[in-house]
Amino acid sequence: MACKKEGVPFGGTPEQEAALKKVIAELKDTKGALMPIMQQAQEIYGYLPIEVQTMISDETGIPLEKIYGIATFYAQFALQPKGKYQISVCLGTACYVKGSAAIFSKLEELLGITNGQCTPDGKFSLDSCRCVGACGLAPVMMINDEVYGRLVPDDIPGILAKYQ
Amino acid sequence: MYRSHVLVCGGTGCTSSGSQQIMEALKAEIAKAGLEEEVSVVQTGCHGLCALGPIMIVYPDASFYSMVKVEDIPEIVSEHLLKGRVVTRLLYQETVTQAGVKALVDTDFYKKQHRVALRNCGVINPEVIEEYIGTGGYAALGKVLTEMTPDDVIQCLMDSGLRGRGGGGFPTGLKWKLAKQNDADQKYVCCNADEGDPGAFMDRSVLEGDPHAVLEAMAIAGYAIGANQGYIYVRAEYPIAVDRLKIAINQAREMELLGKDIFGTGFDFDIDLRLGAGAFVCGEETALMHSIEGNRGEPKPRPPFPAQKGLFGKPTILNNVETYANIPQIILNGPEWFASMGTEKSKGTKVFALGGKIHNTGLVEIPMGTTLREVIEEIGGGIPNGKKFKAAQTGGPSGGCIPYEHFDIPIDYDNLISIGSMMGSGGLIVMDEDDCMVDIAKFFLDFTVEESCGKCTPCRVGTKRLLEMLTKITKGQATMEDLDKLEELCYYIKENSACALGQTAPNPVLSTLRYFRSEYEAHVRDKKCPAGVCKALLSYHIDADKCRGCTLCARNCPNNAINGTVRNPHIIDQEKCIKCGACMEKCKFGAIYKQ
Repeated sequence: MACKKEGVPFGGTPEQEAALKKVIAELKDTKGALMPIMQQAQEIYGYLPIEVQTMISDETGIPLEKIYGIATFYAQFALQPKGKYQISVCLGTACYVKGSAAIFSKLEELLGITNGQCTPDGKFSLDSCRCVGACGLAPVMMINDEVYGRLVPDDIPGILAKYQ
Repeated sequence: MYRSHVLVCGGTGCTSSGSQQIMEALKAEIAKAGLEEEVSVVQTGCHGLCALGPIMIVYPDASFYSMVKVEDIPEIVSEHLLKGRVVTRLLYQETVTQAGVKALVDTDFYKKQHRVALRNCGVINPEVIEEYIGTGGYAALGKVLTEMTPDDVIQCLMDSGLRGRGGGGFPTGLKWKLAKQNDADQKYVCCNADEGDPGAFMDRSVLEGDPHAVLEAMAIAGYAIGANQGYIYVRAEYPIAVDRLKIAINQAREMELLGKDIFGTGFDFDIDLRLGAGAFVCGEETALMHSIEGNRGEPKPRPPFPAQKGLFGKPTILNNVETYANIPQIILNGPEWFASMGTEKSKGTKVFALGGKIHNTGLVEIPMGTTLREVIEEIGGGIPNGKKFKAAQTGGPSGGCIPYEHFDIPIDYDNLISIGSMMGSGGLIVMDEDDCMVDIAKFFLDFTVEESCGKCTPCRVGTKRLLEMLTKITKGQATMEDLDKLEELCYYIKENSACALGQTAPNPVLSTLRYFRSEYEAHVRDKKCPAGVCKALLSYHIDADKCRGCTLCARNCPNNAINGTVRNPHIIDQEKCIKCGACMEKCKFGAIYKQ
C-alpha cells in the first residue's frame, strides 16, 4: 500500500535492538514463537521494516522470506511507520449500516490521505478496521486507544482539532 | 460485609462510553461520603445492553442506572447510597412503572432471555477467581476429575446435544470422541477466540466477563481426550479480553487449578495464549493452527482432520469460546437439563450480538427456537425512527440476509440454513428500508476479497470478479445478462473453493438475489437505487415550492454546486454535484430530496 512516508530511513536505536534480542532469547525455545516475536518487535519499533525482519532472521535462524511472508500476510503487521495519532474507523457491518463510510470519507477529505496512508508531517495515519466490538456505539472510530462512538460526520473536525 | 454492592460494567462497550471514569468518580464520591466500609464497587463484564452504556446496578435492590454520566455520580451517592432514595430520573426508564421500579429480569429486553453461557457476565468480577468459584466455578472440573471417566464426559456431551457455537454446528461430543480415539504421545486442546465476523462480539464478552469458564472447560476437554496442553488463540484487537485471560490463567495456576496434579488426581493441564494478527481466515480451524505454529494462516485440505493430525501434527480439538462456556454447566446440571432447552436438533441457547438499526443494540442469549420476531421486536425493541424492517443479516460474511417473510421462523442451525443464511458465530445485524441490499452484498464481498488468503484460485480470483460485477451493478452499468453470470459465478466459487471462507463467500450475494432480486433489477434495468444509497444512481434536487432561499445549502456545499439568490428557490447544478448529501442534512425546510 502506498504511504506518503515511504522511504523514511530506518532509525532504530541500540536500546531497541537490545530489547528485541532479549525478547528473542526469551521466546526462542517456545513452540511457534515467530508470531509472538514479531508482535513484540512491532511493539518495540512501532512497525516492521526489512531491517527489523533481518535482525529477527539473523537471531532465530528462520529464513527472511518466511518472516516477510508472515509480515505481509497479517493485517496487524505494518511495513511502514504509522502516524503519531493512528486513526482507525470501524467498517464492520454494524458500523457500516449506521453510516461509518461517511465518517471515513470525511476523514479522507479533511486529512487529504486515504486508507493505509499517513499525513506528510507524520501526525495522522488513517486505516479502516473490522469491528472493535463496540457495536452498541456504532459508528465508531479509534484514535490510538481512545474510542469515539455515535459519530456523525460533523463531529470529525472538532475531534481532529484536539490532536492538532 | 457490605450493605450494598454497586456493579459497574467494564466490558468493551461500556468502557468505550466511559465506565472507567464512572468507577473512579464513584469510588471518590463514596470515600467522600465515608461509605467505604458499607458500599463496595465491583467491576463486572458485559450486561448486554451496550446501547445504554455506561451501565451501573445497585444491589440489593437491583436499581438499574443507564447512560450514567460522571456528573450524576454525586447525586446517586448522596441520594441512593447514603439516604436510600433511588434516583428514579436516572434509571433505565423501562424499569420505571407507575407501580414502582420493575426488576431488570422483567423488562422486555431480559424477559425472554435465558443466560447459560453468559450467566456470570455482568454478575461477577472477572478478575477475581474467588467470585467465579463462589458461583460454582471449577466444581465441574472437580466432578469430572474425581467422579467421571473420559468416556463419561464425552457421553454426557453427546447426550446434551451441544453443537459448535462458532457457526458450523458440529456436535461437540462427537468431535471430542474422534480426538480421544486417536492414540498419540501428545494431544492439544485449542480455543478459537479469533472472533472475526464484523458485528459479532459474544466471544469477547464471555472472555471479558467470565474467562474462568473457558479455562475450566478446556481443562475438562483435556481430561476427556487425553491432552495436557491448551492454546487460546485470541484476537489482538480485544485488549481487555487478553488482559483478563492473562489474569485468569495466572490465578488458576496459583490455585493449582491449572498446572501439575490438578485436585491431586495426577491430571496435568496448562494453557497458553496466542494472539492473532488480524486475519479473518484464521477463524478456519486448519488456518488457526498454522498461525499458532508461527506460519501464514493458510488453510489446508481436510482430511486429515485436526482430530487426527492437527496442531504440530498431533490430534487436536478446537472449540469456540461460547461452546466452552456452556460445558461446565452441562457437567453440573446434566445433559437432560441442557437438552430440555431448544429445538429438536439444536439444543440449548445461543448468544447473539444485536446490531445495526435496532433500539437495544447489545448482547442477548435466547433459547434455540426463539423466533426472529421475538428477538427483533420484543427483546431488541424494534427499529428506531419509525422505519420499516427490511432484513436481518446473520452469519457475517458467510451468511445471508433474512427478509420479513421469514420473521416468524424459529432460529436454529437447520432452519437458518434452509432459508439461505446460517447461524454463524451469532452476529445479527438489522437493516431497514434505507439500506440497499446490493450495497450490503458488495460490502461483504469487499471484506472477503480483502481477507481471502489467496491460496486457491476460485476464492482469490472468483471473489474479486464478484466484487467487480457488484460494483458495476451499483454504478448502473450492468446488463440483465450480468445478473445471470453473477449467480453462476457464485455457485462456481461455492463448489470449488478449498475452505469454508471461499465456499461461503457468495452467500451474501445469493441470499440477497433470492429475496431482493427486484432491487438488483432496479439497479440494472431502471438505473435506480430504491433505497437511495448507491451514489452513482442518485441525484439531489430542490423542491422550488418548499425552498425559502435561505442560502444555507449553498453555503454548505463543498463544491459550489448550488446556485440561487436570497429568498428565491435554489437550483443544484447536476454537473458539479458530488452527491455528498451535505445540503440535504442542512436544509431546515425539507426542501431537498434525492431520487
